[in-house]
Parts: sequence; structure tokens; C-alpha cells
Amino acid sequence: MRTLFKPALASLLLVLALIATPLRAAQIEVVASFSILADLARQVGGERVNVTSLIAPDEDAHGYQPRPSDARLVRDAHIVLANGLGFDTWLERLAKSAAHANAVVVASEGIEPLTGQQGHAHHGHDHGNMDPHVWQEVANVLILVSNIAAALGRVDPDGAELYTENAERYAQQLRMLDADIRSTLSALPVSRRKLITSHDAFGYLGKAYGLRVIAAAGISSQAEPSAAGIARLIRQLRTENVPVVFVENISDPRLIERIAHEGGAKVGGKLYSDALSGPDGPAPTYIDMMRFNLDTLMKGLLPETG
Amino acid sequence: MIADVLIDPFLEFEFMRRALAGCLALALGATPVGLFLLLRRMSLMGDAMSHAILPGAALGYLGFGLSLGAMTVGGIVAGVVVALAAGLVARSSVLKEDASLAAFYLMSLAAGVLLVSLRGRNLDLLHVLFGSVLALDDASLLLIATITTFTLFALALLFRPLVLECFDPSFLRGVSGLSPIAHYGFLILVVLNLVSGFHALGTLMAVGIMILPAAAARLWARGLTSMFGLSVALALASGVVGLLASFHADVPAGPAIVLAAGAAYLVSLVLAPGGLIGPRLYRRPHLES
Repeated sequence: MRTLFKPALASLLLVLALIATPLRAAQIEVVASFSILADLARQVGGERVNVTSLIAPDEDAHGYQPRPSDARLVRDAHIVLANGLGFDTWLERLAKSAAHANAVVVASEGIEPLTGQQGHAHHGHDHGNMDPHVWQEVANVLILVSNIAAALGRVDPDGAELYTENAERYAQQLRMLDADIRSTLSALPVSRRKLITSHDAFGYLGKAYGLRVIAAAGISSQAEPSAAGIARLIRQLRTENVPVVFVENISDPRLIERIAHEGGAKVGGKLYSDALSGPDGPAPTYIDMMRFNLDTLMKGLLPETG
Repeated sequence: MIADVLIDPFLEFEFMRRALAGCLALALGATPVGLFLLLRRMSLMGDAMSHAILPGAALGYLGFGLSLGAMTVGGIVAGVVVALAAGLVARSSVLKEDASLAAFYLMSLAAGVLLVSLRGRNLDLLHVLFGSVLALDDASLLLIATITTFTLFALALLFRPLVLECFDPSFLRGVSGLSPIAHYGFLILVVLNLVSGFHALGTLMAVGIMILPAAAARLWARGLTSMFGLSVALALASGVVGLLASFHADVPAGPAIVLAAGAAYLVSLVLAPGGLIGPRLYRRPHLES
């Protein structure tokens, strides 16, 4: 009995190992700084890559603190993806201190950044003068995706063809999304194409799709607001007749509710800005997020027709 | 002209009126409690307690998500537990009040940080729970007003034992069974008023409106009654001045209010009878040769 059992177990283990090895060998480990970038990498990499996002879905990117387990992820990753433009400067440092072998891939390379007129240093960490929220414009995401595909191809030449294919297919979906956003928003009367949020993350969206983005200036999720700033915003709402104020998924809603109430506006739904929702939420992927935001925008901005 | 500067902001904007109401409630509730803290030489305890409240808020968040109610209740419970435990230790072991409080609040703070990082590692919990004086919604305003009302009644009931406890705790313990009630009741009042201060001014600034007007009033007044009246008046005045400064000079409201109270304190420190040069200013002529 005993003599039979051992070889049987050994061969079973051998078979298991044979099954498991090729799968493991093909997996490229990708670590992205935040959930939107992680989703893009998943779309491009498909089955060949295993993507982890350091900042979890629905988490605020602005107060992120790396954990030791994050450092281990970064060290073991084949590719570390950052957004760049000051959004995730900590990742460069983390990669260095965690002894990550390659350079951090900056996905936003080649994108013409918006420079904030009012500056964009309102988060407690410094964005410099550039608006990092490039993914709010679909055209920029095309660049992000091709950068990610190129980076994956460099690390994993065997998969390069697949990555290009995936990226091309995904780009088709993105172009459709872009067209949908344009045609949907064109239904809005020009006087109602106005967007006010508590966090100035929609500059690209406004620029690309003809929405006037009014930043709730000086009212960020981290700095203490001043009465003057709030009063300015309320007056602005009143004079410009803004119909809706949008709250984001990562800010304290009380302030924006008060402002909307006094400015004679409604509080619109949540717009996703810096993070996707969890898998059960309304915005588990980038495309879902943009469609959900579009829906929310239209619900708030369309004049009620009897 | 002057009315433009002083009154118009409140007429035009409801959020300014709400902020003013919040300041009034805080001045009536938190400042008298702060004065007792001051008289009991526990001025720094407010700061310690504010850290003790964190784990309760974190538990509320873990249990019920981003619900202000749950987080407030959690915070109050944690604060009360720490206050009672610290009081118990102080009254029945060799450790003094400050030592036992420090021990418990440090444990509580560490537990809070741990709990927060277990769920979402970077949620700015304190900010979410404790907004700004400029964003007081109905619920927060009602909470603050309720706590103030409760505080005033409780202080009225406990006034005599509390005053005795301030000046001669061992005498109170000797002559009355009320000593523990006064002691624990007062600690609970501190916790409640801290939470209401958090809602209005944020965690960093809440202690300021408790202690600074009280310290300023202490420099002017000798009797308890006038000390209370003056501290409440100073707190309310700081609220108004701070709000107006925030409105006209575009500065954050919470720090502006506390700095206004701080300015009152500094002026008192120099000029008041109990201050630096005050004693010389108000010296009665002696019968000197």
C-alpha cells in the first residue's frame, strides 16, 4: 500500500505542476497606480497579464499611503504603470525604494496636458500646473492605451502582436464611446452645457465635449473652505443660472449640497472622476464609467420636458 | 456702510446664518465646559480626548459605511469609554488623571488608525465625519444644538459639585457622594461638546473654541458668574469676527474663528487685571508714605 501511494502522489504532483507551469510563465505582472489605468492595462493585456491596482476602486487617490505589500507588488512586477502629470509622483519613489527592475512607464506620455489657469495644487499634493485627469477625454485614452500596448510589447515580445490587436479592438470601442458622448451631449441646449463639481477633475471632459466647467474654486476635498469662496460660488450659480451641481464619488457631499441649495440648483448624481467603482458598482470599467457619467450628466442637465 | 460689512453677509447667505447659529450653540455649550476644564487644570485634555474619539468613528464607518449618524454615535461612545476608563483609573490607582488619560487615548488612537487602514487605507475619515462650520446641514446643526441644550441643563444640575471639585476635590469627596457623578458626568460633557465642536470647526480647531475664550475670561474676571458670562460672550464674538474675516478676507473659517479667540486671549493677556501688565494698570492706590 505504502509503496504504491508515494509514486502515485508524486506523479499526481508532477501532472499538476505540468498543468500549472505554462500558465504561470505566460503571466505578465502589471502594477498600475490607480483603477482606471489598471482597467486599460487589462483591456490591452487580456489573458496574458495579471493587473493589480495600488489604489483600490472607489478610493481617493489624494491621500494614498503605500503599504509594505504594495512595495512587494511593485518589486515583483514586470511593468509598473503610472499616469504621470503629477498625479502619482509617489509611484516613482515607491518603485525605487522597492527595487523594481525597470523604469516606471508613464502612460500619459505624448498627451498635450491642460494647464490649469487657477493652478491645480489644491489636493495637498502638488500637481504642478498641469491637469492630470487626462482620461476624462476619450482621445487621450487612445494614447494611454497605445502607450500601454507598446510597454507590454517591450517586456513580453511574444505577446506583442496580441497586445496590438487588443489595443486596436479596444480603440474601436473607445471611438464609439467618443462618438456617443458627442452625439448625446449635442442634444443639450447650449445654455445648459455647464458643469460644476466639488473637485476640479473634468477640465478635459469640458474642453473635448464643449461643456463649460465651473470649478468650485478653492473648495477641494482637503483644504478648509473660506466663506468668501463659498459665497462666490453661490453668486456664480445664481447669475449663471446653473441647473445642477454634481457631487463626485470621493468628496464630502454636505458642502456641495448647501451651495447648490442656496444657488438655486439641484444636486445631480455622482460623477466618477479619479477611481472606478467596485465590480458590483455602476462603473467597474473605464467605458462603463464614462457611460455612467454621461448618463448622470444628461439626467441632470436635460431640461424637464413636459 | 458698516452694516454692509457686518450684516449683509448674513442677510445674503443662509450658510452664513447657519454658521452663526452653530457658533452661538458652541459658545453656549462648549465654552462653559472649556472653562471648567481650565479651572480643573485639564486644558490639554480636550486635545487628548479628540484623539480618543477616532476609533469609534472608524467603527461606525466600518459598520455602516459613510453614515454621519453612525460615525458620530461611534465617536461619542469611544470618547465616553475612554473618559470613563481614564477617570476610573485616576480615582482608584496611583496614576493621576493625565497619565491614565494619555494611556487610554494613545491606545484608542492607535486602534482607530489600525481600523481605518483595514478598510480603506486612505479615507480621510476625520474630514468626512467632521465638516466645516460653513457646511452645516440640518442634521449637524440639530446635533450641535441638542448637545448644547443638554450641556446647559447638565451644568446647571452639576454646578455646585463641579465647582467644589475644581477647587477642592478631596473636600468634595469627603462631604458628598456626588463626587463621582460630577466627575464622570463632566467627562461625558467634554466628549459630547468635542463632537459638536468637531462638526462645526473640525478636529483640530474644536478645542480652540473651548479653551481660548475661557482662558481670556479667566484673566479678566474674578467671580465664577462673570467668568462664565464673559467667556461665552468672547466665544460668540470670536465666532462672528472669524466668520466675517473668512467672508471678507477669503480665509478658512475654522482657523479664523479660533485665531479671533486667540487674539482676544492675547489682548487679555496684556491688558486684563490677571495678565502681564494689567496688575499695574488697575492698581488701587495704596496707603503709602
